[in-house]
Amino acid sequence: MARKLLIEHADVQGIASYDVYRKHGGYASVEKALKTMSPDEVVEEVKKSGLRGRGGAGFPTGMKWSFLAKPEGVERHLVCNADESEPGTFKDRYLMEKLPHLLIEGMITSSYALGARRSYIYIRGEFMYVLRILEKAIAEAYANGMLGKNILGSGYDLDLVVTPGGGAYICGEETALLESLEGKRGNPRMKPPFPAVKGLWGNPTVVNNVESIAAVVPIVNEGGDAYAKIGIERSTGTKLISASGNLVRPGVYEIELGLSVEEFIYGDDYCRGIANGKKLKACIPGGSSVPILPHYLVTKTAAGTDRLMTYESLADGGFASGSMLGSGGFIVFDEDQCIVRNTWNFARFYAHESCGQCSPCREGTGWMEKVLYRLEHGTGTLEDISLLEEINKKIEGNTICPLGDAAAWPVAAAIRHFRDEFEWHVKSPQEAQSRNYGLIQAPLEA
Amino acid sequence: MIKVTIDDVEIEVAPGTTILNAARQAGGDLVPPAMCYYSKLPGTGGKCRTCLVEVAAGSTADPRPMPKLVASCSTPVMDGMIVKNKTSERVHTNRGGVVEFLLVNHPLDCPICDQAGECHLQDLGYEHGSAKTRYREERRTFSPIDIGNKIKLHMNRCILCYRCVAVANQLTEKRVHGVLHRGEHAEISTYIENAIDNDFSGNMIDVCPVGALTDKTFRFKSRVWFLKPYEAECACDKCSGKAVVWMFGNEIFRVTARKDKYGEVETIEDKTAWICNDCRFDKKDPSKWNLIGPRKIDRHSVISQGKYATKNDNNPKLLS
Amino acid sequence: MKADHPQAVNEAPIDFSAATMTEMKRVIGLFPEGKQKSAILSVLHLVQDELGWVSVGAMNRVAQILDIEPIEVYEVATFYTMFHLDPVGKNVLEVCRTGPCQLVGSDDLITYIEQKLDIKVGETTKDGMFTLKTVECLGACGYGPMLMCKYHFYERLTKEKVNEMLDAMREASKS
Repeated sequence: MARKLLIEHADVQGIASYDVYRKHGGYASVEKALKTMSPDEVVEEVKKSGLRGRGGAGFPTGMKWSFLAKPEGVERHLVCNADESEPGTFKDRYLMEKLPHLLIEGMITSSYALGARRSYIYIRGEFMYVLRILEKAIAEAYANGMLGKNILGSGYDLDLVVTPGGGAYICGEETALLESLEGKRGNPRMKPPFPAVKGLWGNPTVVNNVESIAAVVPIVNEGGDAYAKIGIERSTGTKLISASGNLVRPGVYEIELGLSVEEFIYGDDYCRGIANGKKLKACIPGGSSVPILPHYLVTKTAAGTDRLMTYESLADGGFASGSMLGSGGFIVFDEDQCIVRNTWNFARFYAHESCGQCSPCREGTGWMEKVLYRLEHGTGTLEDISLLEEINKKIEGNTICPLGDAAAWPVAAAIRHFRDEFEWHVKSPQEAQSRNYGLIQAPLEA
Repeated sequence: MIKVTIDDVEIEVAPGTTILNAARQAGGDLVPPAMCYYSKLPGTGGKCRTCLVEVAAGSTADPRPMPKLVASCSTPVMDGMIVKNKTSERVHTNRGGVVEFLLVNHPLDCPICDQAGECHLQDLGYEHGSAKTRYREERRTFSPIDIGNKIKLHMNRCILCYRCVAVANQLTEKRVHGVLHRGEHAEISTYIENAIDNDFSGNMIDVCPVGALTDKTFRFKSRVWFLKPYEAECACDKCSGKAVVWMFGNEIFRVTARKDKYGEVETIEDKTAWICNDCRFDKKDPSKWNLIGPRKIDRHSVISQGKYATKNDNNPKLLS
Repeated sequence: MKADHPQAVNEAPIDFSAATMTEMKRVIGLFPEGKQKSAILSVLHLVQDELGWVSVGAMNRVAQILDIEPIEVYEVATFYTMFHLDPVGKNVLEVCRTGPCQLVGSDDLITYIEQKLDIKVGETTKDGMFTLKTVECLGACGYGPMLMCKYHFYERLTKEKVNEMLDAMREASKS
């Protein structure tokens, strides 16, 4: 069984309480960092670990930290992005619900590294019950001297606040999150300036995902080099994967990066295969924003090598035959699922979640949703399929924030791999209403 | 000073200048269009995406091209940056895409819209739009509402540039309108029945790039191209009193601020010459104004006859 | 598509209970001096916890409490989808309809609840007991189909579980 660095103790009775968490080695990273390391040394360990942002973008966390501006006399902030909203992703909720102190420990150690004295956890409003768990844990941390003034006699002060969102996927985008945290509409900001220079209330700010911050704990405890030894190439360490869809055992799994996709879907330690004895039709491996893969490209790359759960292997083949690890939202489709219906469903999601600030996203996501609705409901045309590809190209890369790309990529990928199924919806609309297309054939050369 | 090259023209500008403003310093047709950016209203820009340009080289220090098109209104130039606007096929294609997006839900009611003839969307539609729409869906519609007794809001025509919100924030004491809801459903509104009652609220009409906010004292009175604009001034204790009066014969049909070729209110004596609501809505008596002389208007509009004729003649697409 | 949201009638600010006010003060105090607007989402959640929805009068009071213009509250309240801007039933059932839940039967779940309560999505039962809404991904994809009610997640729902859930809610809302 693979090593678990984050959720090993998730099922220990009472682990959400300070005392039990402490008994299982909790807050060791705070002691080590505050008592024996300088902030820069902590940053150095995170850099060495090769940790990449676990929210979806995969940007190296240590590098992000080193960009933080540090002008004299200006407050800096660490903000934890707990707005987990990417369809297919529910790992942060699991982590916070089960191990609230792990996140708080990571926040303290990371805030120390960044010189932040006022840090925030922005959690999506729908997770209000998790917010209550975190509030309780924060109160315990204060009571035990892990937060507040002069933590562990180090002279370092930190205040930590958890605050809710109100129902907006876009607030998972870091600048929209900051706007929301300032009490405004979640409209992403124009960049530059980047949050590292001008973030919360104009102060230099780092925004990190829950899992990234939690991963700082084992990195500081065991050293960045030890962390970097786990995994393959530039995919180091462990990753929480949220498995959903038609699986025997969906749920949250901590894997060592480099595990084969085959093992993850079918292995006894993981998802145990497709539910109800059905066949795999397709898979979205990194949350709804990343390209969908047809069954013949899920466990093998187009070149025929084993597909692995790493940033590189899942992207192998580029957008032509690959996808992305993204946030680790692993969505599995069985043979009875309709790709057109699902593509329309996700398009509706993005249209619903567009902030409406910039024109390509506001108008383009709504347009795609309407065209896909028609295709799914039997009134689409073959031109509609090429129109979708056109709209896609005009949205992609032209928006203020990545939501435009996130809306465009899934549609483009679905048409790329499942064009036959889309055309079948146009040519046999009656039939398409009453049954599903079934498995798509791999092209002969694949 | 730093050097930037836009469409093969080298321009020297102060550090921190945006690509768009550098282009405006050079002038001419290398200037990207802007529907939401308004230089006199800090914080505007970045939203409409019509000013997208290609950066072929980031700077002398890092000459790599930028992978995505960038919003020229909010991207600062770097020394040695090379920008392509009208010389970039990619820009042309994608700007056409943006214009198409802006038009999919637009009512195209130019024949009854007061903005026709001086509408930036109309210009863009002419330059980039195709003759046929590919939008088969039902258009989004809102009912027109009054924002105060002098301003009409046609949300159907709005492109959500946020300029009027910036006017309310920056020129008036308190803001009572804003952007509500989100995505496709986002709209400018007051939410509750509320009048915008402020001496400078009328400037929202001047900054609106389309016909979403119109002057109720002028609505349906005349097409703008039938009117003669005169530079005029009056003694006003609220504003500079420097305006343009639009006349038909001896009658003043409407009053606006003096606008430059980018549609922005001019700077006069180091101040942006916004005008007050008294001057705009209530002084229609020519005796209250000192007429200085005919105002030269940059006839950029497609409705301006000369341009329409030449454009049409030279555009094989339109003729076929 | 008619996208009109008719202008609402203005209402005088209303008062909240002492307990709500105390809690509002606490969440505002979590932010630095002068940054009280940051607490707006927490405050709106508290309003909704007390009233069940967010009325114009409530928003006008929130503007006073946070020392901001009412429009700033309207802008925020209409952006975030958790806030109900119209009256709702005692129990708002928010069913996730997004992809991963759809793969495991959220369409059927929605239809079942519609039939069971004899209402359509967006409607409230005649007795004011239930409002049915659909929402986008709630971050419980591995445990679908699911719905949220009063911040509680009801997961891996079956017809039997829905029946039990509705009965329990009816019972709890009687008192």
